[in-house]
Amino acid sequence: MAIIEEPLALPSGEGPEKASNPMGAFSRPRKPTGLKDWLTTVDHKKIGIMYGTAAMFFLLWGGVPALLLRLQLARPNQGLLSGDTYNQIFTMHGTVMIFLVVMPIGAAFANYLLPLQVGARDVAFPRINAFSFWVFLAGGLMLNTSWFLGGGADGGWFNYAPNNGITYSPGTGIDFWNIGLLIVGFGSLTGAVNLITTVLNMRAPGMGWMRMPIFVWMTLVTQFLLLFAIPVLTVAQLLLLFDRQFDGNFFNVAQGADPLLWQHLFWIFGHPEVYLMILPAFGVVSEVIPTFARKPIFGYPFMVFSGIAIGFMGWGVWAHHMFVSGIGPLSVTAFSVATMFIAVPTGVKILNWLATLWGGKLILNTAMLFAIGLVTQFTLGGVSGVTHAIAPSDTQQTDTYYIVAHFHYVLFGGALFGFFSGFYFWWPKVFGYKLNEKIGKWNFWSMVLGFNLTFGPMHILGLQGMPRRMQTYDVSQGFSTWNMVATIGSFILGFATLSILYNAVYSYNAWRRGGRRNVGADPWDARTIEWSIQSPTPEHNFDVTPTVTSLDDFWHRKYQENDNGVLRRVATGEDLAQPGERGNVHLPAPSYWPIFLAFSLPVIGYGLIYSLWLCIPGIALVMTAMYGWSLEPADDLDDDSHHGDHDDHATELAGV
Amino acid sequence: MSDTDINVEDIDAAGADAAVAVADATTDHAEDHGHDDHGHEEHYTSLGLSNMKLAMWLFLGSECLLFGALISAYLLSKTRFIIELVAGNPNVLAGIRDGENESLVQEMIAEASVEPIFDIPFTSLSSFILLMSSLTMVLAHKSVSEGNYKNLRIWLATTMLLGATFMAGQVYEFTTFYREGLTYNGTVFGTAFYTLTGFHGAHVTGGLIMLGSLLFLSTRNKMQKDRAETVELVGLYWHFVDIVWVLIFTIVYLIP
Repeated sequence: MAIIEEPLALPSGEGPEKASNPMGAFSRPRKPTGLKDWLTTVDHKKIGIMYGTAAMFFLLWGGVPALLLRLQLARPNQGLLSGDTYNQIFTMHGTVMIFLVVMPIGAAFANYLLPLQVGARDVAFPRINAFSFWVFLAGGLMLNTSWFLGGGADGGWFNYAPNNGITYSPGTGIDFWNIGLLIVGFGSLTGAVNLITTVLNMRAPGMGWMRMPIFVWMTLVTQFLLLFAIPVLTVAQLLLLFDRQFDGNFFNVAQGADPLLWQHLFWIFGHPEVYLMILPAFGVVSEVIPTFARKPIFGYPFMVFSGIAIGFMGWGVWAHHMFVSGIGPLSVTAFSVATMFIAVPTGVKILNWLATLWGGKLILNTAMLFAIGLVTQFTLGGVSGVTHAIAPSDTQQTDTYYIVAHFHYVLFGGALFGFFSGFYFWWPKVFGYKLNEKIGKWNFWSMVLGFNLTFGPMHILGLQGMPRRMQTYDVSQGFSTWNMVATIGSFILGFATLSILYNAVYSYNAWRRGGRRNVGADPWDARTIEWSIQSPTPEHNFDVTPTVTSLDDFWHRKYQENDNGVLRRVATGEDLAQPGERGNVHLPAPSYWPIFLAFSLPVIGYGLIYSLWLCIPGIALVMTAMYGWSLEPADDLDDDSHHGDHDDHATELAGV
Repeated sequence: MSDTDINVEDIDAAGADAAVAVADATTDHAEDHGHDDHGHEEHYTSLGLSNMKLAMWLFLGSECLLFGALISAYLLSKTRFIIELVAGNPNVLAGIRDGENESLVQEMIAEASVEPIFDIPFTSLSSFILLMSSLTMVLAHKSVSEGNYKNLRIWLATTMLLGATFMAGQVYEFTTFYREGLTYNGTVFGTAFYTLTGFHGAHVTGGLIMLGSLLFLSTRNKMQKDRAETVELVGLYWHFVDIVWVLIFTIVYLIP
């Protein structure tokens, strides 16, 4: 809805604009500092950092309960957690990790890097960008308040109907899950519109389609998946909302309704969802591997088109989650073949990464190790994924720990390892200092050990027939040994994951004691244009909008072939780096409205759960926020720099 | 105004179709500038299309999936409702054995008073009214582009009036259906029908609020030629809502 109201505030251009009345009934915050700066900022870099911080908080919030699950399963017949608590914990663990950890970390990278990599001052709609973050946080917090208001959702992260109906889940846990994720979905949708517009429309001069970094391509595909997948989930959740809150019949079997509708709608969203979690990580390692293999990425067009192919084919495989739902032999065959086929573009990517590594002068620092970790472990997860494509085999494995092993290999071993690689790689660009390499290597190797000890044995447990989501097992079933191994592994993994936070604190202190010396623009001798500006990134990004002449433009300005065709360095990164002088660049002014609008939505959410009367002030707040947003002055008109020379992009950004 | 040069340079890497599209867009802008000295300043964008308009198209693309899923849910629920009727009635089962199921099913539906309660002429009229509001919306955009603010207000008000008439028709229709026994939580069909058409109604209401805001701003002289694009964007949304209604009207009311 924000988008609908948004167009009222148009750029306050020069000239004719002054003749007509500038629109504006409310003042904008002026040069805020401290906390207020963060709450009202519309700067894509600060929003990116906040996305990352919130996601790391939710990583702990969703990770520690997972350790409780492992403690419960460490030995047979334990009674540490009741069945009900166990159900709530695994449901909330999955929900939090997918919607509030992996997706937001992808959004954090996209927010911070996308404008820098396409050479823009900011995203297309800075205020909507701030709204996307705050609404994600508002929805995520609302979802988690269920813990204190009668318990969390307990139907698994996909909450199948009719189990999610009021008959079988009379508590409010599912309502919080449903409405919380609906609100989070608004953030994903507005974020998708914003980022796609940024990539399509705000590329620097010369940044043609085939000169965009692969991270930009993968994020673009991801955002298109979000744009089209989120509304389907929204519909599924609205139907559930109407069933639960207003006594509807969409999933009411007693009235002849078909609960399979939920499964179809959920997985039409759910399968693009898994690709939109992994593709940003693919983008990250596609930047890291060429940098530290000292070679251009092998087969750039293949990397681009395989990503697009994954994006398209991801829509045609959803029913492989439903092979045992009785969807009929023809459907099973079709989706089985489609699922095998989607492994091809993914395989192309793996091959290209390996070919990039092949013959490269490898620099095995932490970022590179994590990237190789993704390639290795994701491949393992991908191979077990192909075994799911074979329907007879999948029928045996469905709802066993084999599935749990598979998706943790692709999402933790794949996505999170890729994101950790990105953390180590771009940390100096974001904060001005590198993370400690020694702790980093400990971080990596302990994560590899813990990860494989935790999830490797689950393959065996699954094939032995241990069902997922069971609270306990008997000693006679023979699951005891590998469960104990997995539990030990999970605690190693827990501490290993935490060590990146320790590394951040340690490295920050070392940097502070060392006189806060920044690493300079280009600490890794990297390839893309975000390394041509100072670290940490100046508030205005680029002093001068870069003109791009080739793929890996920055690298080609540093290295050129001499007359004999031998590649020689002609300049250092520091020579070429922009000095970081702001000049007359005008930046969009901060705003109160994004956070105001975002935190108005849960008021309606609580109203739907507890009392419809509460919806009235909720809707009033939302309407106030929308009009406040639309009628906000396009810019801070008293800002002196407003009258100076303008950069095209900056002027454009000023109003939105 | 130098954006045309950059755009043309930028298309070398794009595909032929995209190149043509960009070139067209570029030419359009150049012409705009030529004709219109007071038009708001065009900013350089890679596609030659304003950010706002691109974002609106993306949003409408997303809305297509929203209504697509809702229509699917409606169709499935309706089918299941009919199956339930047929399966729940021994006469119908007997009819199926005798090969006369077709007419019996129709009879069953008639008994449950679902389809016959649709007043096709009435809904056709209100659909026509809604479609006409698209025409007046176009006229509103034309007026603001030409700087004719009086006509802008007239056409915005007319569009609102037509939209509000459609909504009044929906309210009347819902009330009548409810009185005739089609309740929201009585059957699967009732839930699906009210949800789908109600969702569309909510979208129309949202459009009415936007049109009202434009009208209000126009009376304060704050909706002038340089903001013609805002009117165009609201228009895009309004046309989309109309087109969706054509689909819903066909699927819900016309297809038996």
